[in-house]
Parts: sequence; structure tokens; C-alpha cells
Amino acid sequence: MAPAPAPISRAEYCVIACAEAWRGAGEVLASPMGTVPSLGARLAKLTFSPGLLLTDGEALLIGDVPAAGSPSEVTEGWLPYRRHLALVATGRRHVMMGASQIDRYGNQNISCIGDWARPARQLLGVRGAPANTLNNPTSYWVPKHSPRTFVERVDMVCGVGYDRAAAAGPSATRFHHIPQVVSDLGVFDFDTPDRTMRVRSLHPGVRLDDVRAATGFALRVPDGGVPCTRAPDAAELRLIREVVDPRGLRDREVPPCRP
Amino acid sequence: MTADDVVARLESGMTIGIGGWGSRRKPMALVRALLRSGLTDLTVVSCGGPDVGLLAAAGMIRRLVAPFVTLDSVPLEPHFRAARERGGLELTELDEAMFLWGLTAAGQRLPFMPVRAGLGSDVLRVNPGIRTVTSPYADGEELVAAPALRLDAALVHLNRADARGNGQYLGPDPYFDDLFCEAADAAYVSCERIVGGEELTRAGGPQTLLVSRMFVSGVVEAPYGAHFTSCAPDYGRDEAFQQAYAAAAADPDAWAAFVKRFLSGDEDDYRAAVAAFAEETARRERRS
Repeated sequence: MAPAPAPISRAEYCVIACAEAWRGAGEVLASPMGTVPSLGARLAKLTFSPGLLLTDGEALLIGDVPAAGSPSEVTEGWLPYRRHLALVATGRRHVMMGASQIDRYGNQNISCIGDWARPARQLLGVRGAPANTLNNPTSYWVPKHSPRTFVERVDMVCGVGYDRAAAAGPSATRFHHIPQVVSDLGVFDFDTPDRTMRVRSLHPGVRLDDVRAATGFALRVPDGGVPCTRAPDAAELRLIREVVDPRGLRDREVPPCRP
Repeated sequence: MTADDVVARLESGMTIGIGGWGSRRKPMALVRALLRSGLTDLTVVSCGGPDVGLLAAAGMIRRLVAPFVTLDSVPLEPHFRAARERGGLELTELDEAMFLWGLTAAGQRLPFMPVRAGLGSDVLRVNPGIRTVTSPYADGEELVAAPALRLDAALVHLNRADARGNGQYLGPDPYFDDLFCEAADAAYVSCERIVGGEELTRAGGPQTLLVSRMFVSGVVEAPYGAHFTSCAPDYGRDEAFQQAYAAAAADPDAWAAFVKRFLSGDEDDYRAAVAAFAEETARRERRS
């Protein structure tokens, strides 16, 4: 008899939750930033979203789906930075960015912590976050859910949230959409009347109180209770473990939780 | 010409665009010449990497215009970070699309380009001089007028060039180097090798001829001139050296030692010191 497969890890729930961001996306560029979103995009392409385009992280669109950290062997297109930035404005892309801070309306910060004029901690800079959020669907991935990241108010609005887009007018809201936020604790969205963050699902083993304690603002909770994040099925689990991440890079970003 | 000849044509207070992207194909030999020059009060326009870090550490940047500063494999640039945290430079922080279209506008001799990027974000809060523009057509959309990023000088590094200034990239990404040259009153190209015109067209298709001599004021042959950033396909990033750079940046004494060892002589001294460093690294790896 074959040994029973290892139980599904927290990181594997995160991979499937990220993959779901690209369900139904069609022929668009999936731009994942971070290990777990990269695995999710690959899994989505190998299963329910075969039309997705992926890059090698630099200038090439890849025609294969190599394991994370392995080189691609098939090229299907050219996407240097200038064309990548221009592609953003066409809308044919769904990016999943990181967030050093994110607030209840989905405003995101990767620029600096503290007063912008003289920051306590300088980070990357705004990068392409302002353009991403106004032009194509932008989701977020936070590997360690904490009140330092999920804050009442971000120090510098890089990615534009729902309140700020609304205040900026129709050109800002026209293509603005934040489909989901995935963290190591659960999946969140903004499908609420006032566009504030709501718990969509919690990963198995996470209690609502844990998430509330790790979030610096009041989260919306759906009527009728919070569902569990769906488990990867046997085929998806095999793809994660044997095809897209045989080296277990996912556990470095989301360590297996202690019992 | 030499890198020092290029720098001799620059002046304190100028606005200087630096090509490449992050820690990729930066004109580092030209940046090292800038470090030797004693110029000050520069406005630097860059998709920032260690070029910005080195110039910031030397206190040469008055204002930086950039969408980010990163070492790629090391996410945060330590000298840039330190300069910002001590209030050591002024910053014009732009979205990447505003940067791309701002350079394009400058090359096209336009005052701005309309972009959606920036609306609703704090890029407009921290740049109160940036205005919006309203479409004169039926849509009436209000968009950001990304200002032209006109440059006094541009510095870029390419794989090959001919002596007249036709420059060629042989890696996968041109970055914005042609746009930097077109946006500048004077552009200087350093390259791994100066070759004859025939060799240029043998090395790659005509679409690899990124920069035209009509936008170039001077060419410098600078082998290994992007070190320690990547310059595919000639060489990749020197990760061991970049790690040493980033580690040294974290501590004043270590940084003084780094400057003494690598940045106190000319480019030949630099290359010799880097070769000695590479040998040490290889010896250490063999032992472990």
C-alpha cells in the first residue's frame, strides 16, 4: 500500500488561494511577485486558466511552465520593461503585488515607512503600483499577516484603494479593481457596500479571532459565517509538490505552522 | 574618449540621466569616474540601482528623480536608504509609467504625456508641482500630465558601439537607454567593445542597434564597464561583489575600507582590485 500523502500545508493552501486570483482571467499576463503567487500563477495555468501568459521575470514571455527557480526552455514572446509598462495600460494583465502596508480600502504601500519627507525606513519606492492599480486588476500577497502590515492608514499610497480611487474621479475608477488579498491566514476581498476589506475565507486551522488580532482595523465578516479556503484536490497537490515546486520553496515563504 | 573625458564635460548642478535598470547594465565605469570628479549638486534621473547608491554615499546627489531604487537580488539599496533616512537627498518619486512617458515626452520635445498612473496615489501629494490635464474630446477624462524629464546629459552602457556612437545591446532588454539619449542635450555611451560597423551588424540583427549616433556625443570603450551590475550576454551580475558592497554599506568603517580598496584609484585599479576579490572568493569557496 502506498504511504498516505502528507497533510496539506499552510503554504499549499496559500498557493491554491493565489491561483484562484487568475481563475477565468483568459489570455492575460499573470504578473506574480513573490514565491507563493508565482506558484499560484503556474498552477492556474496548468489547470483552470490555460490561456495565461507568464514571463521569465525579465524580458521573455515563456511558453512552458518550468518549476520555480528553473530556467524556461520555450519562449513565446518578448516583453522588455518598456513594453511591460505599456502593456499595463492595455489592461490585459492581472498583477499580484506585495504590500509593506495595506489598509481597509486596499490602499497599499511599498515606498517607505513613516513621514515621506524623511522616512523612518526607506523601502523600494512606488515602482509601478500607481499605474497597476488604475489600469489592470491588482491583487496582493502578504506572507505574514500582522497589524504592522494591515494598518488603519498606510504611510504612502502607492497602490490606490477604493476610497482614494473614488475621490480621484471617473478616470481613476474606470479600470480600478482589487480582486483579492491573500495572506498566510486567509483570503480577503472588497465585495462590501462601502468597499472595505472583508474576510472571504480562512485557511484551515486559523480562527477568526487570530485574524482580528493580526489586523489593525475592523474586518467585515460575511453573513452566515466564514468558509474555509478550499483545499487543493489530488491533481493540484501533485502539481504543486512534483511539478511547480519540487524543491519546497513555498515553505520558506510560509513556514509550516506548529501544531 | 575616456570616462574621465566624459566627466570633464559635465558640471555641478546638472541634471544627469543614468541608463540601465536597478542592478542591470548600469554605466558603472562612468559612475566611478563621476565619483572621482568632485562634482556636486546633481539631479540624477534613474531607474535606480547601485549607481544611485554610490553617488548618494558620496553626497553628490541633490535631487533624485526615480520610481524605485533596488539592487534586484538585494531588494533595498543600502546607501539610498541611509541617505533618505538621514534627509540626505531630495526626491521626486514617480510611478514607472510616469518615468517612461516623461522620458519619452522629453525626447519628443513635448512638455508632458497624459497617463492614468498617479491619480489617487500619493505620488501627486509628494509632487505638488505635477498637474492633471483634461481631455478635449467627448470623454472629458482627467489624466496626469507626466512632465517631460529633460536631461543635460545621459550616461548609458551598451554591449557594443562603433566609434561614431551607434550603440548595440545584445541582451534581452534595451531598458530605456535610447530614450535617455534622446531626452538629453548630450549623451555618452560606454561599451564593452568598440567595433567596426560590419562587426556591429554581424553581432545581432539591425533591431539590436538601439542608439543612433545622431543622439550621441561621445563613446567610451569600457570593458567590464557595467560591473558589478549585469551586462548580458557579456557577463552576469557579480553577486558576490554586490553582497560585499551591500554588507560594507551597512557600517561606516566597513564602507571606508571598501572605498579605500575599490574606489580610490582609476578604472584599472578598480579592475585589479575586483580580480583580486574574485580570486579570494573562489579560494574561500574551494575551502568550504
